[in-house]
Amino acid sequence: MEESFIPKIPVASWIDAFVDWLTVTFAIVFDGITIVLEAIVNGMNTVLMAIPALILIIILALLAWKLASKGIALFTLIGLLLIQNLGYWEGMLQTLSLVLTSVIITVIIGLPIGVWASQKRTVRQIVTPILDFMQTMPAFVYLIPAIFFFSIGVVPGVVASVIFAVPPTIRLTILGIQQVPTDIIEATEAFGSTVKQRLLKVQLPLATPTIMAGINQSIMLSLSMVVIASMVGAPGLGADVYRAVTQIQIGTGFEAGLAIVVMAIILDRLTQNIGKKKN
Amino acid sequence: MDERAKKISVSQVSKIFGKNTKKATQLLNEGQSKNEILKQTGATIGVNQANFDVYDSEIFVIMGLSGSGKSTLVRTLNRLIEPTTGDILIDGKNITKMSKDELRETRRKKISMVFQKFALLPHRTILENTEYGLEIQGMAKDHRKQKALDALKLVGLEGYENQYPDQLSGGMQQRVGLARALANDTDILLMDEAFSALDPLIRKDMQDELLDLQSSMAKTIVFITHDLDEALRIGDRIALMKDGVIVQIGTPEEILMNPSNQYVERFVEDVDLSKVLTAQHVMKRAETVQIDKGPRVALQLMKKLGISSIYAVDKKKNIRGIVHASAAKEAVDSRKTIEEILDTNYQTVTEDTVLTDLFDIVSTASIPVAVVNENGRLNGILVRGAVIAALAGNNEAINDFEHDTSTTQDQSNKEVY
Ligand SMILES: Nc1ncnc2c1ncn2[C@@H]1O[C@H](COP(=O)(O)OP(=O)(O)OP(=O)(O)O)[C@@H](O)[C@H]1O
Ligand SMILES: [Mg+2]
Repeated sequence: MEESFIPKIPVASWIDAFVDWLTVTFAIVFDGITIVLEAIVNGMNTVLMAIPALILIIILALLAWKLASKGIALFTLIGLLLIQNLGYWEGMLQTLSLVLTSVIITVIIGLPIGVWASQKRTVRQIVTPILDFMQTMPAFVYLIPAIFFFSIGVVPGVVASVIFAVPPTIRLTILGIQQVPTDIIEATEAFGSTVKQRLLKVQLPLATPTIMAGINQSIMLSLSMVVIASMVGAPGLGADVYRAVTQIQIGTGFEAGLAIVVMAIILDRLTQNIGKKKN
Repeated sequence: MDERAKKISVSQVSKIFGKNTKKATQLLNEGQSKNEILKQTGATIGVNQANFDVYDSEIFVIMGLSGSGKSTLVRTLNRLIEPTTGDILIDGKNITKMSKDELRETRRKKISMVFQKFALLPHRTILENTEYGLEIQGMAKDHRKQKALDALKLVGLEGYENQYPDQLSGGMQQRVGLARALANDTDILLMDEAFSALDPLIRKDMQDELLDLQSSMAKTIVFITHDLDEALRIGDRIALMKDGVIVQIGTPEEILMNPSNQYVERFVEDVDLSKVLTAQHVMKRAETVQIDKGPRVALQLMKKLGISSIYAVDKKKNIRGIVHASAAKEAVDSRKTIEEILDTNYQTVTEDTVLTDLFDIVSTASIPVAVVNENGRLNGILVRGAVIAALAGNNEAINDFEHDTSTTQDQSNKEVY
């Protein structure tokens, strides 16, 4: 062990104490969040499960055709049929519910923060380093407080995913709004727009493609969290992979991993095109 | 001109960019130069103590080289840029002292603006772009649509309502920019290099169109340009800026004929006189004969002046025709009146026709071309030799200007020969 010049600063115990305090003080808040998130994930899962697999596959393929291209539609069709065939349908829907819930929360939190930061320099100066911190921190670390506040199951998984996935949405919302050419902003000002009118009629519409790119990245990040989320008990494809890894079942692990990759490609292609289609 | 209402009144307006504006203001008041202040304080002088008035329905051009502060100055007029010091009265109200709400109201109702790079909203159709200013005022949909359509019609863009800006050429996009400003029905129009991004032919069209619109709508226009030809073509008065300072204000003629200092002189030395000088500048006094006089009188006049034809006018000095010496001689013999021998095959131009356009007409005409005012009154005639001399740069062929030069900042323009 290396000798330090000064006694070790007890960062760990400070954090522990802080988290303890939070858990006790805000117990009602955390319970409330748990109930709501659980309800959203389960509700979504129940609805998805109620639709016969084949019908859902066809709906998604048609959606892919409409939003993206014929090729993507074909890929969606074959990919989902494969997942179903391999026996990962249920796991995929659980994962999808978790990812979609995370993304909805991400947008609900990230978009307003991004908009706020884009309008106020001071907010931006505070938010940016926090985002840097969040993105460089290993994703595992988020699990620990998540378990503390939300015990185990799907909810800490969602929370950890949101923390991990929210930065790109915020960043690209700021960027998108700031990228609106200054002469266009000048024009809206010169005609006497209020701040709200400028935002809703000019800045947000023009920033939409960039914001959508941010949301797309957030979706990918939250999908990449599913294996980690499964460590705290979130069900789904992540849990399948995690189990296969701990039991060293290479074949099963590959199948479940493949299902995640297929999902990732479909989600990526679909959301990539939502923002672009309009222009 | 001075009886017209002052629409915009700018006094002692300065804009200093940068942190140390206090020190910079102090140095400015001591009369230090832009460069000196930049060196000492790091602050950039955008506009340096500008003073001018813009009168109702006047086209006031602000001209100057790049970086001279034109954009900054015009943006202080609607406070897109806050002036550091000074007062700006819009219809007598001080815009620099207005609250946010008052300012917004002024921007909505009194001043609109056209931008160099058009600044259209790419996600909105042409109609939606034109409606923007009215939409944010909460005008009902039908009403604002009608106004926007009217404005688009004015600029000749009927039928393009549902296109998007990127489907239009640059010239058309700027028409949309103009329509958007016109739709708001404001008295004042600010135009920052509105035509600079257009190619020369389109640009000239747009200038003509602006002048047309101006003659029917009588807006008060502050027009920024770095192009002297453009300034001379459309400006009623021109302000010349250098390093944030307005160095001269005057009519195009005053600027050309009495540049107040070397900077202005350098600016105007390359100007193509043939595009600036008009018929008024090169016409000669017209000798005329009253239509009710006899042919003998006409003949006598022509003989005395040594000319072979003369314009016949009525009491109001309206041209009735031209009398040729040969025809007059015949008329004397056959006892005809002047009325009966008039040749109506003559050419006229208006006083403000520029020299380039005159040249073709004059060089093909066999008799002197008549210069008339808008009512058809004969004001003078054009003699080929004088037009050519003026084109060749011979100052003696150019008439003196009887306009007042009182608005020139530099008063030392009465030279003694
Ligand atoms: N936002 C700003 N911050 C600092 N300096 C500025 C700013 N805007 C303009 N300036 C400076 O003010 C001066 C005047 O600039 P301005 O844009 O008004 O010139 P201009 O006459 O419009 O030039 P151009 O013909 O190139 O448009 C320049 O020295 C410029 O560098
Ligand atoms: Mg400029």
